[in-house]
Parts: sequence; structure tokens; C-alpha cells
Amino acid sequence: MARRYLLEFEKPLVELEKQIEQIRELARDSEVDVSQQLLQLETLAARRREEIFQGLTPAQKIQVARHPHRPSTLDFIQMFCDDWVELHGDRTGSDDQALIGGIGRIGERSVLLLGQQKGRDTKENVARNFGMATPGGYRKALRLMEHADRFKLPIISFIDTPGAYAGLLAEEQGQGEAIAVNLREMFRLRVPVVATVIGEGGSGGALGIGVADRLLMFEHSVYTVASPEACASILWRDAAKAPEAAAALKITGPDLLNLGVVDEVLKEPAGGNNWAPLKAGEVLKEALERHLDELTKMSIQQLREGRYRKFRSIGRVLDPTTSETGLSA
Amino acid sequence: MSLFDWFADRRKGQFVGKVIQETDEGDGLWGKCPECGQVVYRKDLIANANVCSNCGHHNRIDSEERINLIADEGSFHALDQDLSPTDPLGFKDRRAYADRLRESQANTGMKDGVITGFCKVESISLALGVMDFRFMGGSMGSVVGEKITRLIEGATAKKAPLLIVCASGGARMQEGMLSLMQMAKISGALERHREAELLYMPLLTHPTTGGVTASFAMLGDLILAEPKALIGFAGRRVIEQTLREKLPDNFQTAEYLQEHGFVDTIVPRPQLKKTLCSLLKLHGYLPDKQKD
Ligand SMILES: [Zn+2]
Repeated sequence: MARRYLLEFEKPLVELEKQIEQIRELARDSEVDVSQQLLQLETLAARRREEIFQGLTPAQKIQVARHPHRPSTLDFIQMFCDDWVELHGDRTGSDDQALIGGIGRIGERSVLLLGQQKGRDTKENVARNFGMATPGGYRKALRLMEHADRFKLPIISFIDTPGAYAGLLAEEQGQGEAIAVNLREMFRLRVPVVATVIGEGGSGGALGIGVADRLLMFEHSVYTVASPEACASILWRDAAKAPEAAAALKITGPDLLNLGVVDEVLKEPAGGNNWAPLKAGEVLKEALERHLDELTKMSIQQLREGRYRKFRSIGRVLDPTTSETGLSA
Repeated sequence: MSLFDWFADRRKGQFVGKVIQETDEGDGLWGKCPECGQVVYRKDLIANANVCSNCGHHNRIDSEERINLIADEGSFHALDQDLSPTDPLGFKDRRAYADRLRESQANTGMKDGVITGFCKVESISLALGVMDFRFMGGSMGSVVGEKITRLIEGATAKKAPLLIVCASGGARMQEGMLSLMQMAKISGALERHREAELLYMPLLTHPTTGGVTASFAMLGDLILAEPKALIGFAGRRVIEQTLREKLPDNFQTAEYLQEHGFVDTIVPRPQLKKTLCSLLKLHGYLPDKQKD
């Protein structure tokens, strides 16, 4: 199967895949048994892919996280839910297409699902504003989360955005206020919240739906305080230093697990989620159900206290009154 | 993203560098207003809270000056003064974060970019946090987040109203995601303060942008701002790049935000203490005569 969209570092695989394809064609046209060669080449290709993806740099992970064929919020929702009703609108005059949500069923549970939605091509991306939500998007998300709170539906949040939309209208409508209110109100929710960074977690725009009891991240997803491009042009005064910035900012799952920001890193198929979306769906569904099983056993009090403690403990300060470096709380 | 603007402007010596200039006499007694060019006697300027009496330009003041303007004399008790930053990522761009920290600490005499504590405003108790833009552009890292969170928790415990004077370029990138998460941490503490039905007022001063705008700056029961302060989420340059059109002249000023419904009242600095005091009293916070 030839792929349409290859990343730079995947190019070494192209030659192997071409050979595999040629042998397959050869086999179709003749009686020669090529299964042995085919198996050898396929094993080799799989091993190479595995090697390449195990050694990805943070900058390369960003490329995987932004891959146009990486499963999106709606892809996962379609994989998980037989019953799914998308819900629209912030009730104050807009329905942002970059941040979508609705109610569906995962296994035996009714849940609220929401997340940023990117497009696969230019046309879709224009409609989805490249997954950059407006203040209306964040207000829609909060409306839906409050609905879930009233009807006791656990909340599943999918994070996949380069950042909140930066524009004249967004400022006029209070982008800062919209995100801020979500941050505060998500601490009030009486239902479990599980958020997953499925692709790109871009700064405040990601956090605006990310105040969760559990924060999961796919292996090749990234979560950043500022895009490495912006960071490089500010701190290095050179946007071309983005790969250095990506490494310095500690944006990968394992790094963020170490820093106490993320609770679990989900393994991706070799080649990334775009290589085997259904497999990615299985991995995520298993994790979500496992966390929901734990969280739904908790009382509202435990849940809210736990959520507060989780964020309360993030940060590193030197406190001479306790005379140790480490977690701040 | 708005830190971009700040750094860019700092390089050009604008925006942040708008401070009183020495006049040619250079005796330090006189200065020139960067906005209207009026030559002013420094003592008069200080007596007027560093606001130009000719054009009303609000010159930048540091956290100590701000506290002196708000708190009754000798009433401010600082909290967590010795909390200091670490370099959790071992961050190095063109310079090491550790060096930038040392430099800022040496220049300001502060451990990090915020002072927090309790004080009295005409004998009314107030929890007060003041960000200091001089310290790495008022950027928010773990220490700023932790000190503000402890202040809010303290205010909730003591049933005190809260004022946070904002001045920030946004998140401190050198602390990576730890700095972004301070936004959520502070917002969570504010939720509890609000749940206890206590008054929280941010005062937005020049400039308040990025992650601070997308968290505690916009979560006030009442939101106050200084005249002409720059307040916004995204940087002007970023927006101009996406839009390719001219932005309104007063874009992202305190006045613009008030027009669009995001600021309750703009308070000229010489009236700050009086306004604060009125608002506190109107909300039922009364002078504490027994203790002081
Ligand atoms: Zn003037």
C-alpha cells in the first residue's frame, strides 16, 4: 500500500516499500513463489519503521502530531460510538466548527465527547480554521460540559490544536476571558473529566478544554507552552531554531510524565497513529474506559479535591522553609 | 505569543522603554514625559503617582511603588519572600535561563516576578499580589504561580478580599509546560475563593497579555484597568500577520476592552486607593479597628 503523505524522516522506507510493491506485482503476473522474499522485506520494513519512530526527535514528533492523516477528534468519536449526536452552538450567537462536541455511548456509558477538530486538506481546514477555536468555541465547550455536569455524563476531551485563534474578532469577543472561565469552571465539574492530547496541544488553547482528572497523551503527541516556532523567534531571535526550541521546551509525553504534567503516555503503532488508526482507537478506548472505571467510583468530593490537588502540585520552586527543591505543594 | 511583541519592542527600545527621560541639564531633578514631551519636576511626578500631570500618561512603576500607593503605611506583610525559581528544564537558548534569572534578581532585588502579602487599605484587610514587569517581562513561571496560588488560598482561609495587580508578557517559556499549568492552578484557587463568596479584583496594568489574560486577569468579580494599558490575549503582530489589515488605533487598550465589555472600570492611578476603598466598603468589607 503506497502512502500519499510521507514525512521527511520516513523517506528511507520509501525504497523498501517500492521493492515490496514490485515483488507483489511480479507475483501477480507469474507463478513464481515470492512469499519468502516478501516476508523478509516486510519484516525489514517493519523493523526500520520501528527504529525510525523510536528515535524521533521532539521536532520530528511535532511533524507526526501534525500529520494530516493522524486520527482526529471526529475519527476517534466515530470509532468509539455507535450512538452519537453532535450538538451545536454556544447559545450566544455562534457555532465554532473548530471545537466540536456531542453525546455518545462508549461501551455501556453515556458520555460527553468534545475536542478541537482539524481538517485533512485545505478546504476542510479553512472550514475548521485549522483547529483554532474562537471564544465562541470555548463557550460552546463550557455549555456542553455544564450540560454533562447536570446529567451526570463523564466528559471525554480530545486536545488537538495549534492554539486558540488569534484574530481581531477573537480579541473583541474576549479570547482570554473565554479560556479563563473554562479553566475556573472545569474545577467545579462534578463528573469525571479525562483529556487526551491526540495530536498537538497548543498552549492556552489546549488547556481551555484540558483541566481534567486524568491527562493522557499519545506517544508522538506534543504539548507546548508556546509553539517552538514562536519560541525560537522570541528567545533565539531566529525562527529556524525551532528544532532546538522543540527539544529545549520538553514537549513530549515522557518529558511531561517526568514533570508531573501528564498521567499516562499511550503507545502508538510503529509509524504513528496515522499508520494504523484503528489500532490507535483501540489503545485510546481501553485507556479511557480504564480511567473512567476508576473515576466513576469516586465521590464528587473526592473527584473535585483530586482534580484540585493534581494541578496544585504542578510547578518547581525552591522553598527554604521546607529547604528542598521539588513539587511545590 | 504576545511576548514576541514585547521582546521585539524591547529590542527597538519602544513600548517598554517608555520611561521618563533625563533632560539636558541632567541634574536628575527634572525629566521629560515620553508621551507629551513636557518637562516635569521629578518630585511632582512622584507625588502624582508617576502620572504626567500634563497629558495623564501613566509611567511604569515597580511593585514596591505600587504597594506604597495601595497599602496603609507599614501595613504590608509579605508572604513567601524566599520562594525562588529553579531551572526545571535546564533551559538554554542564546543564554541560559539560570543566567537570565540571576541577572533579573540582581537588577530588581527580587527572587521572582511577583510580591504577595496581606495589607490594610484604610484599615480594611486586603490580600494583595503585585506582578513586577521588570522581572523577565512579568512572565509567569512556577514561583509566580505558586506565590499567587498561596496568596489566594490564604485569602480564602482568612475570608479576605483579593487584589492582583497584573503586568505580564505571559507564560515563562523557559519553564515550559510547568508555566502553562500555573494558569490552571491559579484558576482553581480562584474558584475556591469565589465559592466562598469573596471579592476578587484584578487590576490590569500595562501590559497584561498572553497566559495571564487567559487566566486570573479575566476572572475578576470586578475587573479594573489603568488608562491606556495594553491588554490582550494574542500579540498585535501575530494578529496583523493573520489578518493583513489595519487594526483599530485603540486596539487592545483598556478603553477598547471596556467598550467590548471586558473591563468594569478604568481607574486613573491617583484615584486608585480611593476607588479600591469605596469598592471594598460597598461590598461590606469594613475597617478593622480592633486590631490596628
Ligand atoms: Zn505627558
